[in-house]
Amino acid sequence: MRRGDFVHHVAWTGAGIVYVLGTDGIARAADAAPRGGFAFAQISDSHIGYSGPANMDVRATFQHAIDAINALPQQPSFVIHTGDVTHLSKAREFDDARAMLSTLRAPLIALPGEHDVIGAEGPKRFAASFARNDAAGRGWSSWDQGGAHFVALVNVGEGETMGELGPEQLAWLRDDLAARSADTPIVVFGHVPLFAVYPAWGWTTRDGTAAIALLRRFSAVTVLNGHIHQVVEKRDGNIRFATARATGFPQAAPGAPGASPGPLAVAPGSLLGVLGFRTVELDRSAAWQDRSLADA
Amino acid sequence: MLLAAVLLAAAVGSPAPGAAAATVHLKDDAFEPAVVTIHPGERVAFVNDDDDAHTATADDNSWDSEGLNRAERWVHVFTKAGTYTYHCTVHPFMKGTIVVQAAR
Repeated sequence: MRRGDFVHHVAWTGAGIVYVLGTDGIARAADAAPRGGFAFAQISDSHIGYSGPANMDVRATFQHAIDAINALPQQPSFVIHTGDVTHLSKAREFDDARAMLSTLRAPLIALPGEHDVIGAEGPKRFAASFARNDAAGRGWSSWDQGGAHFVALVNVGEGETMGELGPEQLAWLRDDLAARSADTPIVVFGHVPLFAVYPAWGWTTRDGTAAIALLRRFSAVTVLNGHIHQVVEKRDGNIRFATARATGFPQAAPGAPGASPGPLAVAPGSLLGVLGFRTVELDRSAAWQDRSLADA
Repeated sequence: MLLAAVLLAAAVGSPAPGAAAATVHLKDDAFEPAVVTIHPGERVAFVNDDDDAHTATADDNSWDSEGLNRAERWVHVFTKAGTYTYHCTVHPFMKGTIVVQAAR
């Protein structure tokens, strides 16, 4: 694998159209996303337990996404859920979500969102349902796979419980990355975006800039988050950021006039078009596709 | 009949057992009213009027509604005088204050 190619051919799809990002950073239409090699999937913001105008049946849309991932012609090496598995951290919500996620064919890695760590019992229930045996500290972890170094961060539960990594985790991240050469492809996961999407709505990680500073020396970094229920992308030097669609319900565009960061009801019949998941392929190049449930 | 009238008069003069002295509405991602003043032993009801989940959580974690779904209500009794600041853990920009005044 040519390390430098890692982010030089990034593809994603909105309504079934695939774009490829060239080395010049310009997206162009392509016939198809690359196939083969190492692949993983990202699923996010399922909010099991919510029922309201924005989605009366979050279980059905969650299962729809799981079934679509299970039906992929190339099974991902793992599926990462980037948080807000549940809506209120209730025991029955975790039980429900865990039962549905157990039907995934690929191994699951789950990170908590702020909705998964509500109250004294939320963090315990999340850990009991999804904790990794090899996780460091309070749930963050890293591993090498498919020629890349993966880092799963936890940026809920600190301070007022949202959008903060904390000094202990940042120290761990510094030590974890110190052992990697600058040409190692790095993929970082977390719930809340590391960069400031819209701080007034809590769509930022307060100490995210400290983590980003540790990532700058690497030639190819991909940061994948959830939390805002829509795809927002940003490129900062060698670091590419992308948030993901939810399976639970959509939310308004950042700072949309008159909007709030809560569930957004859309026109009847259009819900599946704004929910979805992401697949990422790593071979000589990396490609990701954001798939709507309407297309899945 | 007379006894019933006396009991009714007494009930009007003070909150019935379990009744809230104040109600805070969690609405449009804010606590309304943001500041509530009560007295020791009185209750405050927190009602989620939003479609999104909210909590009412003391900044020092001494009390916590935990997750409130749409239309859910949680009541807390404040026994000691003081100023209690609180927030919503899923929307930390939501902040409120309960002032418990010692003397009437």
